[in-house]
Amino acid sequence: MAQPMLKKDDDRDDEVDYHPFFGIEKGAVLQEARVFNDPQIDPRRCSQVITKVLYILNQGDTLTQIEGTEVFFSVTKLFQSKDPGLRRMMYLMIKELSPSAGEVIMVTSSLMKDMNSKTDMYRANAIRVLSRIIDGTILAQIERYLKQAIVDKNPVVASAALVSGIHLLQTSPEVVKRWSNEVQEAVQSRASLVQFHALALLYQIRQHDRLAVTKLVTSLTKGSVRSPLAQCLLIRYASQVIRESGANQAGERPHFDYLESCLRHKAEMVILEAARAITELSGVTSRELTPAITVLQLFLSSSKPVLRFAAVRTLNKVAMTHPLAVTNCNIDMESLISDSNRSIATLAITTLLKTGNESSVDRLMKQITNFMADIADEFKIVVVDAIRSLCLKFPLKYRSLMNFLSNILREEGGFEYKKAIVDSIVTLIRDIPEAKEIGLFHLCEFIEDCEFTYLSTQILHLMGNEGPRTSDPSKYIRYVYNRVILENATVRAAAVSTLAKFGALVDSLKPRIFVLLRRCLFDSDDEVRDRATLYLKVLGGEAVVGETEKETNEFLFGSFDIPLVNLEASLKNYEPSETPFDISSVPREVRSQPLAEKKAAGKKPTGPAGPTSGPVVSAIDAYEKSLSSIPEFAAFGKLFKSSAPVELTEAETEYAVSVVKHIYDGHVILQFNCSNTIPEQLLENVTVLIDASEAEDFAEVYTKPLRSLPYDSPGQTFVAFEKPDGVPAVGKFSNILKFIVKEVDPASGEVEEDGVEDEYQLEELEVTYADYMLKVPVSNFRNAWEGMDPESERVDEYGLGARESLAEAVNAVISILGMHPCEGTEVVANNSRSHTCLLSGVFIGNVKVLVRLSFGISGPKEVAMKLAVRSDDPDVSDRIHEIVASG
Amino acid sequence: MGHEFRDYSRESCPTVKNILLLDSEGKRVAVKYYSDDWQTHAAKLAFEKSVFTKTLKTNARSEAEITMFDGYIVVYKFIHDLHFFVTAGDDENELILASVLQGFTESVALLLRNDVEKRTALENLDLILLCIDEIVDGGIILETDPNNIAGKVATNAVDGAVPFSEQTISQALATAREHLARSLLK
Repeated sequence: MAQPMLKKDDDRDDEVDYHPFFGIEKGAVLQEARVFNDPQIDPRRCSQVITKVLYILNQGDTLTQIEGTEVFFSVTKLFQSKDPGLRRMMYLMIKELSPSAGEVIMVTSSLMKDMNSKTDMYRANAIRVLSRIIDGTILAQIERYLKQAIVDKNPVVASAALVSGIHLLQTSPEVVKRWSNEVQEAVQSRASLVQFHALALLYQIRQHDRLAVTKLVTSLTKGSVRSPLAQCLLIRYASQVIRESGANQAGERPHFDYLESCLRHKAEMVILEAARAITELSGVTSRELTPAITVLQLFLSSSKPVLRFAAVRTLNKVAMTHPLAVTNCNIDMESLISDSNRSIATLAITTLLKTGNESSVDRLMKQITNFMADIADEFKIVVVDAIRSLCLKFPLKYRSLMNFLSNILREEGGFEYKKAIVDSIVTLIRDIPEAKEIGLFHLCEFIEDCEFTYLSTQILHLMGNEGPRTSDPSKYIRYVYNRVILENATVRAAAVSTLAKFGALVDSLKPRIFVLLRRCLFDSDDEVRDRATLYLKVLGGEAVVGETEKETNEFLFGSFDIPLVNLEASLKNYEPSETPFDISSVPREVRSQPLAEKKAAGKKPTGPAGPTSGPVVSAIDAYEKSLSSIPEFAAFGKLFKSSAPVELTEAETEYAVSVVKHIYDGHVILQFNCSNTIPEQLLENVTVLIDASEAEDFAEVYTKPLRSLPYDSPGQTFVAFEKPDGVPAVGKFSNILKFIVKEVDPASGEVEEDGVEDEYQLEELEVTYADYMLKVPVSNFRNAWEGMDPESERVDEYGLGARESLAEAVNAVISILGMHPCEGTEVVANNSRSHTCLLSGVFIGNVKVLVRLSFGISGPKEVAMKLAVRSDDPDVSDRIHEIVASG
Repeated sequence: MGHEFRDYSRESCPTVKNILLLDSEGKRVAVKYYSDDWQTHAAKLAFEKSVFTKTLKTNARSEAEITMFDGYIVVYKFIHDLHFFVTAGDDENELILASVLQGFTESVALLLRNDVEKRTALENLDLILLCIDEIVDGGIILETDPNNIAGKVATNAVDGAVPFSEQTISQALATAREHLARSLLK
C-alpha cells in the first residue's frame, strides 16, 4: 500500500464506528419527511431525507401502506421545486414506492409536464418513471409523446423511451406494436445504445412472426449494426433463424458466414457470443467448429479471468459432444489447472478429463491430486463425476482411477462429496468386472472410519450382494463384523443382514457366520436381535420361507419392488382378521397424485360402505373399491390397471367428459367422468353410446347409466366390455353422450317436468397395448436383468425410418410400450448419435418384463433400434416384439 | 405493482438479475434486484451472504473476477472495503456482464472522485443509488460507459455544487486513470 493510503487508514481508526446512517430509525425518518410539506422547500434538506428513506428501504425495511401513501403525497409536493438534483431523487423515490393506481393520478400531470420539458434529463427520467407506474388508459394519453421520444435526437431520451417500450410490451403489446416504424428508424441510430435498445424492442415486437424475424436478420447482418451489444443480439436472432430453418438444406447454413465474420469483430463480447452460437448449432460439423475453437483458445491465455472463464466454460460444453475438436486446446487447458480462480481450474480439469486419451490419464491424475486439496466440495463433486465417466470410457485404466478415488475418500469432506465418491466406486464395481474386488476392498476400508450412517449401510448392502461372489469371501467378514461391534444400531442391523448373505451363499463360511450371528442375539437393539434371530432360523433350515434353496436366496436377495407408499397405504387399510395380510395384493403401479374423482366416487349412492380410509390411499385403491361395489363388476376379478383420465371434450365446452380405462383379465371397463357446466340444465339418464366396430375383440356386456347430472356436480357412467382372457386386445371406440335434458331455473332451482332427449358427440378413444402394461420400476436393472431366464430373451432389430431426433424416437418407443424408464435412461444427451434405454414393467397376467433398447442414428436422421426383451414368460417377450412391430 | 419484475428469455435481451454493493463484512451498502428469483427479503439476504462468502477469499482487485453457482453467474470486483457484484442467469454472456460491472465500478470511482470506500459511498449514497438507476432499468442494460453514467448522475447533483461542479468529467477521468496506474505500479 502506498503511503497516503496508510495514513488515511490511521486517521480513520479514531472514528471507526462512524457511519453516516448510524442509529437511523424509520419512525424518526418519517417524522423528518414532514419537511416536504414546508411552504419554503429546502432542496438540499429534502434530498437528504429522501436518501434516508431510500437507505431504509434498501436495507430491507418496508413501509406500511399508510406510511407509503403519506410519503408519496408529500413527495409529490416537491414538484414545485425547480432544483434538478432534488427532482432526480424524487423520480427514484416514486419508482421505489410503486404507487397504487389512485396515487399515480396525482403525479401523472407533473410527470407529463417533465416529459415535454426542455431539459433532456427530465424528459428521459420522466419517461422511465411514467412507464413504470402507469396503466393502459394513461398510456393511451402519452403514447404520442413516447413515439416521438423514440426518434429523439438525444440518445438518452431515445433509449429511455425504447427501454420503456420493452417493459410496456409485456402489459400493453397492442399499443407498443404500433410504434414499429419509429423503432425501425431508431435501429439506424448512430448512438450505440439506442441501436441496441431499438433492436431488442423491434425483435420482441416481431418475434412471433418468423418471416419478419428472418427479414430483419437478413437485412441487418449486411453490416449496419455498430454497437457491440446490438451485434450480440443480432447473433442471437441469427442463430434462432438458423435453428428454425432446420437442417433441410444440405451443407450450407444460412447466416453461418455472418456468425463466422463476427469471430473477427473487435469487441470481445461479440467474438464470444458468435463462438458460443457456433458451438451450439445443432449438428455442428468439425469444419464449422474450428474457427470458433481457435478464438476461444486465444481467450484461454487472456489476463482477464472473466475471459478465461467464458472460454473454458464454452469449450467444456463442446467437449461433451465433440471431444476431438477441443483436444488442440489441451496444453492451454492444462496450464489453467493452477488458475487462481477455482471455477476456471475445475472447468479446465473436467474438460481435460473429457478430451484426454488413454495415455494421458496417469499424468492428469497426478496433476489433479495436487489440485483437489484446495478446492471446495462442490467443485470436487464435479471432478469426481468427470473421473467416473473417464473410467467408464477407459476401463483399462481402472486401477489408477480407483486408487485416486480411494485416496480422496480417505481425506476430509462433507456428505455430498463422500457420497459422490462412493457412488462412483459403486458404478465402477458394477460396470467393470475387474475392478470389483479392489473397489470392494477400498469401500471396506472406508467404512472402518465412516461417520455417515447412510453410506455405511449402502456399502454393507452392496458387500452382501457382491462379496460372497468374490474369490475370497472370508476376508470381508472381519470388516463386516467390526461394524456389529463398533457402530450405531442402524449400521449394526445392516451388518447382520450382510453376514447372513455370506452365510447363505458360501457354505464353508456358514459355521463361522452362525457363531457371529448368535453373538448378535445379545445386542441391545431389538431390530438387530430380530434380524439375527430370523437369519439364524432361515439359514439353519428351521423356518421355512420357501421350498427350495433358490427360494431362500430369493428371500434374502430379492429386490423389494413394491413402492413403499403403496405398502404403507395397504397396511393402514388392513384390518386385523383371520385372513393374513397378502403382500401380493399391494398395487405396484407408481402413482404420482391421487386423482380428483375419488371424492366424487365416494359420494355416489352405491358408494363404498363405510367411510373411505385416509388420504394416502392411492387412486387405484379408490378405483378398485368403487368398482367392486358395483355388483355387475364384482365378478370381473382383480383390477390390473387403471389409466390416467383422458379428456374426450375440448376445454370449456358445455359438458366435460374424460375417460378412465380399467383393465381386468377378461374385461375392460370404461369409466366416463362427466360434468355439466350449464347452470340452467339438469341431465338425466346419462349414458355413453359406444360404437366398437373398430374394436373387434371387444363385446359390450353392461352399461351403467348415471341417473342425474346436476350443474357443477360431476358423476360417472360406466360401460363394460368382455374381451378374450389375458389377451391384450386393442381397438378404437367412437362415443356419443346420450341424455335427457331438463330446464332449470337457476334462481329458484326449480326443474321443469318434461325433458328432451339429446346427444353430444365425444372424441374417439383408444385402448392400446400400453394400457396392459404397468409401469413398475426395478431397483437395479442389471441385477434384475441377469436374474431373469436368458431363454426368455428375444432380440430383433428395427428400422424406425426418418425421425425428428433421437430423443423423439426414444420417447415414441417408450410411450408405445408404456413401460417405466429405469436409471434415467429416458434422457438422451444432446447431439448424441446412439443411446441405450432400459425399461421395466409388468404385463397383464402379472408377467414381469424388462427391455433393453439400443438406438442409433445415421446421417439423414434414419433411426435404427435393437430391442432385447426378457420376461417371466417367453410368449410375452414375443408379444412385446409384436407390439413394437405393429407400432 | 405486482409485475414490477419481468424475466426476459435469453433470445430477447441480455438481462441483469441484480446489482449488489456490499461492504467488507458482507453488509449492504446499496442493492437493486431486477428478478423474481428472490421473492423475500430473507431470500435476498441469503443470496448476498452466499455470494459474499464464496468470493471473499479471491483476489478481485486488479481484474474483475467471476464465479458460477446455483444457476447464476456473478462477476465481481473489490475496491478497498467495497465489494461490487453483478449477477445474471448462467446462460448469459459473461463479457456483457463484465461490461456492466466495469460501468458500475468506474462510474462510482468518478463520482466519488476515486475515494472508493464504504464511508464515502454511504456519505454519497444518493449518487450511488442514482448511478445504479442509470446503469440498469428493470433488468435491461441502460448504459455501460462510465463517463456517460457519471455524467448523467452528476448533472443532477443537488445544488449543482456537489462533486462535479469544480471538476469536469474529463479531468476526473484523468485523475482516475492516474490513480489506476499508480495502484498498478505498487
